[in-house]
Amino acid sequence: MIKEVVPRDEIRIMEVCGTHTQSFFRFGLGEFLPSNIRLISGPGCPVCVSTQDYIDQTIQLAQREDTIVATFGDMLRLPGSYSSLEQEKAQGADVRIVYSALDSLSIAQSNPRKKVIFLAVGFETTASTIALSIILAKQQGLGNLFFLPSLKLMPPALAYLLKDKRLNLHGLLCPGHVSAIIGLIPYNFIPRKFALPCCVAGFEPLDILEGIYMLLRQINSGKPGVGNQYSRVVTQKGNLAASKAIKRVFQTDNASWRGLGEIPGSGLKIKSQFSEFDAKRVFPLRKNRLALSAKQKSCRCADILKGLVTPAECALFSGVCTPEYPIGPCMVSKEGTCSIYYKYR
Amino acid sequence: MCLGIPMKVKSIKGDFAQVESGRLTRTVNIQMLPQVKAGEYVIVHAGFAIQKIDCQKAEQTLKLIHEIH
Repeated sequence: MIKEVVPRDEIRIMEVCGTHTQSFFRFGLGEFLPSNIRLISGPGCPVCVSTQDYIDQTIQLAQREDTIVATFGDMLRLPGSYSSLEQEKAQGADVRIVYSALDSLSIAQSNPRKKVIFLAVGFETTASTIALSIILAKQQGLGNLFFLPSLKLMPPALAYLLKDKRLNLHGLLCPGHVSAIIGLIPYNFIPRKFALPCCVAGFEPLDILEGIYMLLRQINSGKPGVGNQYSRVVTQKGNLAASKAIKRVFQTDNASWRGLGEIPGSGLKIKSQFSEFDAKRVFPLRKNRLALSAKQKSCRCADILKGLVTPAECALFSGVCTPEYPIGPCMVSKEGTCSIYYKYR
Repeated sequence: MCLGIPMKVKSIKGDFAQVESGRLTRTVNIQMLPQVKAGEYVIVHAGFAIQKIDCQKAEQTLKLIHEIH
């Protein structure tokens, strides 16, 4: 099926969702695709693109006697300048893994004398859940719950990436659940401004293959548009209640993406109406001025996130940098490109 | 972290619903889906139901996939 529509030259398709990367490898989809289709992993892993500064700040918060840090599991092993939350936890810091931002409300209620800080890391999908959690926290009048945001937005990051001519892409596979929230309209600039085909795809192996198939059809037809393979969940307008909640609690801000630098309008910060929940305003947080170690300087996560090189091309990959002893975020998170390559190599 | 699981709504109580997938049951917040009903399927992410699954579209996708083969 795909073999029938694939053109002869090399086709470079970028996917920007860690779950797409993971599914692709887990189900061995590379075997089903003709060898001239190259799938590149972009920066679709919010943990991976959290900056060193952010990680160091979470550690500063964990080291305080009066705090409980609540976080999603994959933040735990992320290496900062000199430590990680996992190491701090081993040394007695109260760091707890939660499944949902809502869990941090329960922790705050059960520990009235502690300051609970939830590490709000994610894209639009997670941002909507955090927005609703903050609204609930305000309704409940919780005075000991705070959020440290590292929330990022997909469309501005895509716009930034696509400007880099070195990428030489023929198509873009768009994230599934981010799109369930934001809809298809935010992707219209991709075919209009960059003449690039794009397609939202689901996460089952057949979803991804069908998404690639739909992209190839667009490439062949020479008529780029915004395809929607995940139509059972993604609509033109997305989830309006979710978008409304995000707009109520957050405003857009410039954000630093690890490996990519600062991207204008690509992050979210807590609005002043909810400032009592903003950990950035409530706690004194330092920026770390320690120089990068030699290992950290050799880390190529930056280029890997942009899809310019594969993990195998990083000198540290698999020798110095492994899932047990990760250097950069791409190896730490289960959805990180290097972690996935390592597991399925 | 796009991780989201399809689950079936068993019962609704205020802003929360009991959802299940196989033998896994969870309580999730449904404030993003104010019109959801028991018996419908939703995508669950980090303790919230984020979108309904349109069963008709799901069947269409399956049909297309079979046609491609």
